Amino acid sequence: MLRKIRIALAAICFVLITMLFLDFTGTLHTWLGWLAKIQFLPAVLALNLAVIVALVLLTLIMGRVYCSVICPLGVFQDIISWFGGKKKERKLRFSYSPEKKWLRYGVFVLFVLAIIFGVNAFVALLAPYSAYGRIASNIFAPIYQWGNNLCAYIAQRADSYAFYSKDVWLKSLPIFIISAVTLVALAILAWRNGRTYCNTICPVGTTLSFFSRFAAFRPMIDSNKCKNCHICERKCKAACINIKEHKIDYSRCVDCFDCLNNCKFGAMHYRFAYGKKESTPKDAPVQTVKDNVDSSRRAFLTSSAIIATALTVGAQEKKLDGGLATIIDKKKPQRKYVLTPFGSKSIKEFYDHCTACQLCISVCPNEVLRPSESLEHLMQPEMTYERGYCRPECTKCSQVCPAGAILPISPEEKTAIHIGTAIVDLDLCVANKDGISCGNCARHCPAGAIRMLRKNMDDPESVRIPTVIEDRCIGCGACENLCPARPYSAIHVEGLQEHRQDELS
Amino acid sequence: MTRRDFLKVAGTSSIALGAVAATGCSLNKSNTNDTTLDVEGGKMEYRTNSRNGDKVSLLGFGCMRWPMITGKNGEKDKIDQDAVNKLVDFAYKHGVNYYDTSPAYLQGQSETAAGIALSRYPRKSYYIATKLSNFNTWDKDASLRMYHDSFEQLRTDYFDYYLLHAIGGGGVDVFNKRYVDNGLMDFLMKEREAGRIRNLGFSFHGTQDAFDYFIALNDKYHWDFVQIEMNYQDWQHAQAPDNVNADYLYEQIDKLGLPIVAMEPLLGGRLVNVPANIADKLKEREPQNSIASWAFRFVGSYPRVLTALSGMESMGPLEDNLNTFRHFKPLNADEIKLLKDLADIMDKNPTIPCNYCKYCMPCPYGVNIPEIFKHYNRAINEGFKAESKEQADYQKLRRKYLISYDRAIESLRQANHCIGCHQCEPHCPQTIKIPTELKRIDNYIEKLKRGTLEA
Repeated sequence: MLRKIRIALAAICFVLITMLFLDFTGTLHTWLGWLAKIQFLPAVLALNLAVIVALVLLTLIMGRVYCSVICPLGVFQDIISWFGGKKKERKLRFSYSPEKKWLRYGVFVLFVLAIIFGVNAFVALLAPYSAYGRIASNIFAPIYQWGNNLCAYIAQRADSYAFYSKDVWLKSLPIFIISAVTLVALAILAWRNGRTYCNTICPVGTTLSFFSRFAAFRPMIDSNKCKNCHICERKCKAACINIKEHKIDYSRCVDCFDCLNNCKFGAMHYRFAYGKKESTPKDAPVQTVKDNVDSSRRAFLTSSAIIATALTVGAQEKKLDGGLATIIDKKKPQRKYVLTPFGSKSIKEFYDHCTACQLCISVCPNEVLRPSESLEHLMQPEMTYERGYCRPECTKCSQVCPAGAILPISPEEKTAIHIGTAIVDLDLCVANKDGISCGNCARHCPAGAIRMLRKNMDDPESVRIPTVIEDRCIGCGACENLCPARPYSAIHVEGLQEHRQDELS
Repeated sequence: MTRRDFLKVAGTSSIALGAVAATGCSLNKSNTNDTTLDVEGGKMEYRTNSRNGDKVSLLGFGCMRWPMITGKNGEKDKIDQDAVNKLVDFAYKHGVNYYDTSPAYLQGQSETAAGIALSRYPRKSYYIATKLSNFNTWDKDASLRMYHDSFEQLRTDYFDYYLLHAIGGGGVDVFNKRYVDNGLMDFLMKEREAGRIRNLGFSFHGTQDAFDYFIALNDKYHWDFVQIEMNYQDWQHAQAPDNVNADYLYEQIDKLGLPIVAMEPLLGGRLVNVPANIADKLKEREPQNSIASWAFRFVGSYPRVLTALSGMESMGPLEDNLNTFRHFKPLNADEIKLLKDLADIMDKNPTIPCNYCKYCMPCPYGVNIPEIFKHYNRAINEGFKAESKEQADYQKLRRKYLISYDRAIESLRQANHCIGCHQCEPHCPQTIKIPTELKRIDNYIEKLKRGTLEA
């Protein structure tokens, strides 16, 4: 029963969190946004004390149910592992292995140091929620969007507006590769050895293990009933049941309750651990157990070969109709300071809090956010305006961020926040260069920051060229995106290290 | 309705009815409730050119909107010759004998395609109309080259009808530069004498002053025919101030006794895709006849009209039109009044008078101008253009508008990319203020997106 409840809850959580990453319309977040906010690392980075205390208490009472129910990466591994055990000869593929302390605590220490010293890429690489977000938004989301586009195609022919098509594009090749590597490596580990990642690498798992050792309720072996058949041990994906000594490593047990169901002799119980003492284990013939080979490192290596095939998925370019001028793609300008979303306060605060879960990138409808490829902020989002600009009515990224890297703002507040300043490059400007009347930047500036002024002050008929009133510019990039100069826009936005907020009148 | 209108219409109807009766064609067909088109029955309506006896089918084939396929460069810009042959074969066999093309149509491929399709039939069995489309080069040599090329493309040694293409745009001044100052008019008159041009005329888009000027030139040039934009919308609601109502044009040409070639009888399809309330009015009366058939019958009801041009790009419209013209029934005074009343209603309808001729294209900044206008008009006619966010069904309309907009025009070619360079504007025969209209549409979309649409 406990196991069934666990599976049901885990399935619900997993599907809903995955939907958070897939739903590009952003409508689900109103209802399900809390699922991202109860994830451990985002809660820590957002300094969300209520969630942290609740999760620690949950672990102190029930053990690491977080890992079996709430963590999407944990559930994802369970799903892979379940498929891995479908074949009859693989039903009893696990066995007890001792805790790999040096690896586990070594990684944990490095992880904590990485957070403290802001080595964000390392944090994002190991954190389970970030890893799952990366996989979901880079691998699952395109598949979902193609499905959506198929529906949109059919809807269009049926004259329905239930679906609209969405551009599927490769936001960043390196990040796609990292995601694919993460996916393949985890899948191989889970397929063969269940929860290896969770119990040797995952820093959240290690953190919770400090509390789960003392959990009030835990699975316990009744030595009087145990026949030493090893079934529970051979089916424990956490490899934490030591039947030889009738001991369970509670630092690694993820409370999947599989052992409770698998014991035919009723020797396994989930019960209060601080009640009356269990009787001492009685001697029993011990069945031999095959040594378990830790294949994690080998798996990592073999996985890289498989990835190559996944890379053939490229960006989709739309074809042109006849009689239309060709449009050259925009190129990204060199920005001295990176652009971070409205609501992120400053570049530093943004990157300090961000877990690189890719949730904001998944929901950005304007194709502005994408994972950074710089070493410093690898996988963490940045803004750029080649495919769209940060539209004034949209605050989706600020609504979804679970880590407090982008704080919630309203569209009204957004008009008063300055994240960057537009800079004109007159050498590229068609008005200045070719004398063509343009002003598309000024026409679309939501802040009225761009003024079209006479190139030649003395000539009333003079062509008008754009100038920026720096104080008014909010940095949304409408000017940059809609500038007719290609591939480099004649006006581009430079980020502000500290975002500035006007007093709302 | 004025008395003059009434008399004219009454006269027209009786003449046309007489003509139909004289050909012995049965009128019963269009009264049956048969929903399938009958293109085999009936008989093509022919008009006689009073000046030379040409017997011209009242349905003329406009060669400006033929089907295109994807060419070598991956763009849909190559004419589909097989489809063209099929269309021409079908039209020819069902009595269409007037084919109107131009060196400018379909990026220069229309004449060639027409030449290939038509040269398979005896030259005397059809009439070719083509034009001197020297819009960009007013230089004499280049214009002459265009003239001579047309013979080659069309595989002929004479033109039945030859037009000065779209004069009036830019006024008398541009006309003089294009045709008079460089001596082309003298040349063309000589060609007419030599028999290589059987009928010399002009097609017109422009102001009343310009038109009066061209009509006055009849004493000098002796026009053989005039091609005007004529339909029940333009009759009294042409786009002022730069276009003239067709009733005025008709009257002036009528005074000279010249045959009229009617172009844009459907206003580039806008009289097919009419607002639902207008469509209802027409379908109420004749549920089995198409909306388009009304527009053709309107034009055909005027006796000076020699032929009505229709740019049929597929079999559907071709069959529908053949059905209309093989069972041709002029409108009676009451029906004509109905159409004029409907035109009054539609005139208040804020659609953009784009005929989808694509003369404005390609926009150097990649904007898909005709598609944007088409979508906007569709939204108005189908009633999904939201007027205010207070409206009951605002959310639904907004969604439909924005999604259909993205489906119709890819984002890089939408109205917000118009920079207002005005390159397109002089090319528009409808004198639409293209950048202004694009800006208006862009502002509207911006309001929809931001949720700030007020009534």
